[in-house]
Amino acid sequence: MELTAVRLPRWVLVLAAVGALFVVLPLVAMALRVDWPHFVPLVTSESARAALLLSLRTSLAATALCVVFGVPMALVLARTSFRGQRILRSLVLLPLVLPPVVGGIALLYTFGRRGLLGGTLETLGVDIAFSTTAVVLSQAFVALPFLVLSLEGALRTVGTRYEAVGATLGASRWTVLRRVTLPLVLPALVSGAVLSFARALGEFGATLTFAGSLEGTTRTLPLEIYLQRETDPDAAVALSLILVVVAILVVGAAHRVRPLGGPATARPPAPAVRRAAGAP
Amino acid sequence: MGLSFAATFAERNLDVSFEMRTGETLAVLGPNGAGKSTVLSLLAGLLTPTTGCAELDGAVLFDVGGSGRTLTEPRERGISLLAQDALLFPHLSALENVAFGPRSRGVPRTAARAAAHKWLERVGVAELAHRRPHQLSGGQAQRVALARALAVEPSLLLLDEPLAALDVSVTPAMRLLLREVLQERTAVIVTHDPLDAFLLADRVLVLEGGRIVESGPTAEVLTRPVTAFGARLAGLNLVQGRRTRTGFAGGNGIEVPLADRLPEGTALVLAVRPAAIGVSLSGHPGADAAVVSAEIDDVEHRGDLVRIHAAGLAADVAPADAVAHGLVPGLAVDLRIRHGDVTVYPTRREEQESGRSTAGSGR
Repeated sequence: MELTAVRLPRWVLVLAAVGALFVVLPLVAMALRVDWPHFVPLVTSESARAALLLSLRTSLAATALCVVFGVPMALVLARTSFRGQRILRSLVLLPLVLPPVVGGIALLYTFGRRGLLGGTLETLGVDIAFSTTAVVLSQAFVALPFLVLSLEGALRTVGTRYEAVGATLGASRWTVLRRVTLPLVLPALVSGAVLSFARALGEFGATLTFAGSLEGTTRTLPLEIYLQRETDPDAAVALSLILVVVAILVVGAAHRVRPLGGPATARPPAPAVRRAAGAP
Repeated sequence: MGLSFAATFAERNLDVSFEMRTGETLAVLGPNGAGKSTVLSLLAGLLTPTTGCAELDGAVLFDVGGSGRTLTEPRERGISLLAQDALLFPHLSALENVAFGPRSRGVPRTAARAAAHKWLERVGVAELAHRRPHQLSGGQAQRVALARALAVEPSLLLLDEPLAALDVSVTPAMRLLLREVLQERTAVIVTHDPLDAFLLADRVLVLEGGRIVESGPTAEVLTRPVTAFGARLAGLNLVQGRRTRTGFAGGNGIEVPLADRLPEGTALVLAVRPAAIGVSLSGHPGADAAVVSAEIDDVEHRGDLVRIHAAGLAADVAPADAVAHGLVPGLAVDLRIRHGDVTVYPTRREEQESGRSTAGSGR
C-alpha cells in the first residue's frame, strides 16, 4: 500500500528551497556571465585544450589507481577484522576531510626530492615532484577515500552469505571474488569510481602544492581556470562551465548505475529480518 | 562409509556427535537456538569447531584440538548447502546460478550449462532458465537453489529449514520434490516442522541447548507424542495405519475414507491437530468423522485452550466447553475427528510397512 505524500511543515519546505537556491543560483549566475559568441574559441585555445586534455588523462589515471588499490582496501576493511582496523579506516578516510593543500605538502615531503622516499627514488632515477605523475598522485590521494568508502559500505550491506554459498559450491577464493563478490557490488564500484574521477578532475590544492603549475605538464583545468581568472575572466568562466557540465554528467552517471542487477525493490531481504520473521 | 561427526563449539555451548550411513537422510530438530544451524555450518566449513573431528566417506572434514589441526576448505568438502533463503546470485540467471558450481569445478561452459538445464528440469523449472532471481517467486527461487545445490553432485547435502521462508501454498509441492531428490542421497535437514522430518528423514536427531536429547529412526521419535520432543515440538497427533480398500485404518479404530490411488496395504500415517479434535460426552458417529471413545487421562491448560489427553490423543477445547462438560481426568468421553481435518500420507520407512508399531498411542 502506497501512502499519500508525507505532509511536511511549511517552514521545512521554505528552508529547503533556500538551500536549493544557494546551490543552483551561483551556477546560473556564472552561466549568465558566459561570453557565448566567443565561447568556442575561448575553450579551444591552446592552453585551454592542453589543460583539459591533461585533466582528463590524469583523472583517468588517478581513477585507475583508486580502483587498483581501493578495491583491495575496501575488501580488507569489510571482510577481515584485526587489531587497529578502526584506526586504519579513519586514517584511510583522512584525505576526505584534510585540506588539499595539506595533502600536497604531505605528498611533497614523501615523494619530493628531499622527502621520505625522495632519496630512494632519486637513486632509481625517478623524479616525481612537479611532474605529471605528481598530478596523478595528488588526485589519487584525495579521491581514494571516495571509492573505498562507497565500496566498503556496499560490501557490508551485501554480507558474506552469497560468498559462503559460492565456497560450498566449490568456487576458489579468487572465483568467489570474481564471480560473486565483485558483481554484487559492481554498482557501488562504478559509482565510487565515478565519484573518484569527479574528485580527481576538480583537484586543485594538492596539485598546486605538490605538482606546481606548468602548462601541458601539471597545469590541469582547475589550475588553468584560476590562472585565467586574473588575465582573461571570460576564458575562466567558459572553462568553468565545462567543468560544471562534466560534474553534472558525472552525478547523473553515478545515479544511473544504481539499478544494475535488478530494481532496488528486488534486492535480497536483509538476512536478519527474514530470519526473525521466518522463525516460529 | 558415510559421515561421522563429533564437535564442540564453545561460542554456542554445542557438543554434538553422530554418525550417518551413505544414502541416509537425517533430520535435526529442536527449538530456536538449539544449535541446529551451527551443526550445518560446522559441516559446511563456514564455522571452525573448538574441538572435534568429522569424516565424510573417509575424507577428513576437520580434525581440531587433537594432535594436529586439519581444516578442509568448504569448496573441497563436497558438501552443498540449501538455506532458508534461496540466496541465488542476483546478477546471474537461474541457469547460470545452477551452472556456477560445475563451472567452479572446472567443467567447460557448455557442459556446465547442459548439466544446469538437466537439473532445472529435474526440479521442474526448466522454463525459468533465463529469468533473473528477482523475476522468480519464492518457491521457484528455492527450486532453482535446490538445483544449484544438486548440480555439484555433493556427497552430502545440507538443508537449513528449506521450507521455512516459503509461502504455505507452495510448501507441499516443494516438500514432495525434496522427498524425491533425497531418496538415496546423504542429507542433513534442519527443520522445526515434524512433517518435514517425517516425510524426508530416515532418522531424527533432537537438539536442545547444544546437546542431543533424542535420536533414532524418524518414526520412533516422531510418532510417539509422549516423548518430550513429540509433545512439544510436533504439536500433532500422529496415528499410524494402513491403506485399506476404502481408505485409512489405524490405531484406536480410526477410519478415514481416501480418494487417492495408493495400493491397499500401504503404510500410512494420519496427522491431526489437537485443536481439530472435538470432545463430547457422547459423540455421534457420522459419515464425515471418526469417533474414539476413551477415558480422559489428563487435562492441561495451554494458553487460551484446555488440552485433553485421552487414548494417546491430545485434543484442545475451549475453556468454556471444558467447564460446561465437566471435563476431568477419568471421565469417559468421545473424541471426534472429522475427516476433513486430517492429513494422511504414506510413511517413508519400510519397517513400518511390516506393521511393527501399533498405534499413535505411544509409551
